[in-house]
Order: sequence, then structure tokens, then C-alpha cells
Amino acid sequence: MAEITVRFFARYAELTGCQATSVEVPESATISELLERVRETVPGARDLPPRPLAALNLRQVKLDARVSDGDEVALLPPLSGG
Amino acid sequence: MNKLTRARISVEALLGQIQSGERGGTCVFLGTVRNDGDVTAIDYSAYDEMAREEIVRLIDEAQARWPAAKIIVQHRLGVVPVGEASVAIVAAAPHRDEAFTVCRHMIEEIKKRLPIWKKEIHADGTSTWVDPSGKQIAGGLRDS
Repeated sequence: MAEITVRFFARYAELTGCQATSVEVPESATISELLERVRETVPGARDLPPRPLAALNLRQVKLDARVSDGDEVALLPPLSGG
Repeated sequence: MNKLTRARISVEALLGQIQSGERGGTCVFLGTVRNDGDVTAIDYSAYDEMAREEIVRLIDEAQARWPAAKIIVQHRLGVVPVGEASVAIVAAAPHRDEAFTVCRHMIEEIKKRLPIWKKEIHADGTSTWVDPSGKQIAGGLRDS
């Protein structure tokens, strides 16, 4: 199993009531699969959109990217800097 | 130099770091908090570690494309009142065409790629997240 740190920002942190949590998924799970686990285990996460922006170890990735033990995945609301 | 900051942006200080005899054109872009409706300020938050790395990546990519250019980016975090700058880009190059091009390129990429979020603060004390997609759901839909 891989232990993944999942971080929430801005509105997603408000939805879930937390900024970070730890989630276990099978090694080489995709971020989509990780998201399903997050929805099942983190209160409020069911209200996350079906396909949020995601970052893996500080880089934006698609939802089919695969995770490894110790990775950090961040779920990012629509970006609005500037 | 390139950074996320909670202090007011000093354009003079940025210019001092970038102007030189080799660079004949310097463009400054400032994004300023606008008084839309009853907005009094915007509270900016970020995924700090990623935003810092992304600024470096953006500048590296731009300098690979325009090697003679020099670029500085600063973005404010925290509460920025109406009328103050939230983001500054200074791009200097040997000639003005390149300076304008690089400056424009940088603000467009910043808006697309920096993990930073705005919360508008209204005159009545309420606040709302800004969703540039305009959708009334709790987040984005794209995954690329």
C-alpha cells in the first residue's frame, strides 16, 4: 500500500474542513482512484467536483497520473491568481 | 526578487534589480485589485511551495525562449485592498518588442499556472471565492 498526503486548498479546504490528510491506496493507484478513496473517507469530500485540478509533488498532473508511497497530492480549485 | 509577499509591492525596488545598460526596454505589468461592485479587498491564498516552484519554472521556460530577457515576478498574498497591486511583472530586454512580449506571456502563464486563489471581501463583511470558470460548483472541471 502507498500512504499519500492529500492537501486541500481554498474552497476545497472549507468543504472538507481540513487542509491535509493521509490516505492509503494500492501502490501505483491513479489520482482518480485516490480521489474515490478521499470521497469515501474525508467528510465533505463528496462535494468535490468530479474532476478537480490536481498536483502531484508540486506539479500539475492529469488524473491518470500514478502515485507512490510518500507522495503529496494536492486538490486545487480553479486557479485565480493575478 | 521573485517571490510571494505579504508586503506592498515596490516597483522602484524591482526596477532597480532589473534595469541595466544591456537592456533598452523594460515593461512593467501591475495587476491591481478592482472595486467590482461592493468589493473592498481580495484575500489571496496559495499553495506556497508549489507556487514558488512554478514561478521559477515559468521564468526558466521564458528565459529559454527569450535568453536576453530578464524577468521578475512578485505576487501578494493575504488581504490586498482595492487600488493596491496584487501582482507585478517586470520584463527587461535589449529591445522593446521583446520586453512587451515577455511581460504579456508571463501574466498569461501566471493566471493559468500559479496555484493562487482569490476571495473577494465585500463591504458588508461577507466574502466569496472567485471562480474564473464562472461555474456555481465547488471547484474546477478540467484536469490538464
